[in-house]
Amino acid sequence: MAVVRSPFAHARITSIDSTEAAGMPGVIGVYTGQQMRDAGFGGIPCAWVVPDSDTKTPDHPPIAVDTVRYVGDAVAMVVAKTETQARDAAYAVDVDYDVLDAVIDGHAATMDGEPQLHDDVENNVCFHWIVAGGDIDAAFAAADVVVTDTIINQRLIPTAMETRAALARWDVAMEELTLWVTSQNPHIVRFLLSLDTGIPEHKIRVIAPDVGGGFGSKLPHYPEDSMVIFASQQTGLPVKWNESRTENFQATSHGRDHRQEVEMAATSEGKILGLRAKVWANLGAYLSTASTGVPTILHGLMLSGAYTLPAVHEDVYGVFTNTTPVDAYRGAGRPEATLMVERMMDLVAHEIGMDPAEIRRKNLIPPFTEGHEVITGLVYDSGNYEPALDQALEMIDYPALRKQQQAQLREQGRYIGIGVVTYTEICGLGPSEVAGAVGFGGGLWESAIVRFHPSGKVNVMVGVNPHGQGEETTFAQIVADQLGLPVGDVVIVYGDTDRTPMGWGTYGSRTTPVASGAIMGAITKIKDKGVKIAAHLLEASTEDIEFADGKFSVKGSRDQSMTIQDIALAANTAWDMPEGVEPGLEASAFFNPSNFVYPFGTHIAVVEVDPETGEIELQRYAAVDDCGPIINPMIVEGQIHGGIVQGVAQALWEGAAYDEDGNLVTGSLMDYAIPKADFFPPFELGKTETPTPVNPLGVKGVGETGTIGSTPTVYNAVIDALLPLGVKKVDMPMTPERVWRAIRDAEGGH
Amino acid sequence: MRVTITVNGTTSQADVEPRTLLVDYLRDNLELTGTNIGCDTSQCGACTVHLDGRPVKSCTILAVQADDSTVTTIEGLSGNGQLHPMQEAFREKHGLQCGFCTSGMIMAAVKLVEDGGDLSDRGIRERLEGNLCRCTGYENIVRSIRHYAGEVESHAPLEGDEAMAHHRTLQEAEELAARRQS
Ligand code: FES
Ligand code: FES
Repeated sequence: MAVVRSPFAHARITSIDSTEAAGMPGVIGVYTGQQMRDAGFGGIPCAWVVPDSDTKTPDHPPIAVDTVRYVGDAVAMVVAKTETQARDAAYAVDVDYDVLDAVIDGHAATMDGEPQLHDDVENNVCFHWIVAGGDIDAAFAAADVVVTDTIINQRLIPTAMETRAALARWDVAMEELTLWVTSQNPHIVRFLLSLDTGIPEHKIRVIAPDVGGGFGSKLPHYPEDSMVIFASQQTGLPVKWNESRTENFQATSHGRDHRQEVEMAATSEGKILGLRAKVWANLGAYLSTASTGVPTILHGLMLSGAYTLPAVHEDVYGVFTNTTPVDAYRGAGRPEATLMVERMMDLVAHEIGMDPAEIRRKNLIPPFTEGHEVITGLVYDSGNYEPALDQALEMIDYPALRKQQQAQLREQGRYIGIGVVTYTEICGLGPSEVAGAVGFGGGLWESAIVRFHPSGKVNVMVGVNPHGQGEETTFAQIVADQLGLPVGDVVIVYGDTDRTPMGWGTYGSRTTPVASGAIMGAITKIKDKGVKIAAHLLEASTEDIEFADGKFSVKGSRDQSMTIQDIALAANTAWDMPEGVEPGLEASAFFNPSNFVYPFGTHIAVVEVDPETGEIELQRYAAVDDCGPIINPMIVEGQIHGGIVQGVAQALWEGAAYDEDGNLVTGSLMDYAIPKADFFPPFELGKTETPTPVNPLGVKGVGETGTIGSTPTVYNAVIDALLPLGVKKVDMPMTPERVWRAIRDAEGGH
Repeated sequence: MRVTITVNGTTSQADVEPRTLLVDYLRDNLELTGTNIGCDTSQCGACTVHLDGRPVKSCTILAVQADDSTVTTIEGLSGNGQLHPMQEAFREKHGLQCGFCTSGMIMAAVKLVEDGGDLSDRGIRERLEGNLCRCTGYENIVRSIRHYAGEVESHAPLEGDEAMAHHRTLQEAEELAARRQS
């Protein structure tokens, strides 16, 4: 299958002529949005509608019916025997458009007189959401200093190395659907598909094995999922679509894209008093699966950062524009909050002449173990921020770096900058009650089944869907460790709704903190059942049986024991079970966490800027992250490495650019600068380990911390280098050209 | 057009369209799907294979250009039911996360080491510029390659002065490894 896509950002479709395409070699069918609608296919649902925000949810047909709203919007699809034939024929579909004015910028789109995307959405404002706490007016009235900035948190393109794909097989006799799809959350896709395709959920099987990276971009349910299903129903054949990289840039969700107007109030001693902001969040042309939750709940509620903040007020406007839909991208909302807060902290520090590390230390929330409520209403789980700050400062020998290196080199005309950021973030999504209260259309619990086979080998079925994060290993370690098994005897099963129990998927750094709770629950049940069987077979009472190192033993006589493998065989054969105990050694458990988890840490970057060329060299990067007790250090490090690289990339290189007609100028890997190996020095990683009370293992998430911490760290480092040149601000990505211009403009201003 | 290409030791013939890319020939005709396609502009390197012993991006070559050539793909790198030592090194040092870039990375890495040259952290980073990875941040890929090349022994992250010394020579690396072991 190939998709005919709109070359215009905003246009009415006046006609679609598929005569020529239909006659081309191999072509089986050409289909339009109207045909899908006539067959009962509904619009793509948005799964997150923020309450108290007056959110508008305009129809999002999988194939545009009369209006296209972004370059890449689907207009028709062609099914042919081979992919090449389908693509060739797609070029031959003749579509006439009546081109309309387009609006690209999320702030501009709210102005009177700008093009309107959806009939029922006045000034393109999808929602207005407010977070407020404390007395914000009093905070600003009492302030010795007020700093302001307008921050453009630019649009990013997730660019997982594997593009998307979808393959549908409709079984006409059984009326059953199998969909193979690159998804981070196959169970959510199945649920949403049952809503928009009308196929009952129990007749849908979604298979998503070994997905090649996602970073949020494979979270949504996409139009192409519905398209291949419709095409399979129409043709009676399995139908597959492979996304090209060009399509991936246009039609897979983007991330970030905020304009933030921010003020921070503080005392002359560096105590922060209040944060006030207005944010325009560009949502793109339609609502994607989680798009309204990202700039609200995941952003606005995190404005206290790692600090004691007495007052906050933020207005967030979600805005439709003629651009690719925006959804979660690694960090999702929290990078937009952290950069805002950390930028303002540095501006205050500069204003009052305080060291950036000191102003942070001064405002850090003191250590807490059982919950700490911040001004936005969130209750952080546990935190001890200062040791991470101290460790990072020590790793980099901060005082020496500041005094000697930085000051000395400046005298020689070299501009070294140091950025220091202390962050915390919300992840491990989350308590299902809260999910419901904030408008997420699903739960956020997880489930797991631990199944012993007769031979003592184990499968663990989980509803989460790792796609590069390595939980197949982490979970096997947990199970092996808890049950005294060789790790190779445990295989984790995921990625198939028919083989796994319900789960809400892998995103929001939730997989280990939430699913490990379910796994631990199942392990407890296995142990309890094992004790009963062992007691029966060893002719002891259950109170006298203890379990350690994979053995059930009678207390005080270690030679009277059975291995867990013995128990597995006994339970599976069930020749001699204790009364009232069912055969088999298998347990299922559900885990609904009582709170989110809040990992934290300190990141420090050292950069050198060449004032002649504007070039930036990242010289050192130190990160101390606390994600609770670490299960697999190598995997945790790997997550931090990858996260740092994506976050630094936002500061320095990556940014989606549209021209005023809505063409994506950065539409390929030639124009969109995802980083290469030689852009980085080796990272210096440290850690502290503060357990959370929220789950049995005390673990927090680590998938996004690197990204959340690193963008502001590098941003602040670059500005720190440029301050002696009079530059206080450079928009991201801080390309050499922008840096050079900023230096030149600052010189001109002298 | 008819092409004769020896892939992983097996010679086969096929009729292909002149526009067929080598990568499509490998994946569609021979069903060797270990070679991945990550882009359509020859940037990502996911499709890297060895063509007559040289690393090439198989999306930049037409199948007809590979006529009468010898190609090795990731499937042909390992043998006798064993992983190639470079594959082992990637496993050992966590050089992959989602694994999509990995076959191309490994094919490029094998040649990078074979060709000699600077095997310092910096040297490898500079010579890996044709291959993109979105997951790992590259650090463990570089570590995997250095592990394969006998340059790093322990998994411990580079720290302090070690991390500052990006331009470490082979000899220095050996000294460092010796220091670590003692
Ligand atoms: S597929 Fe990207 S370089 Fe070949
Ligand atoms: S491991 Fe995912 S792209 Fe490299």
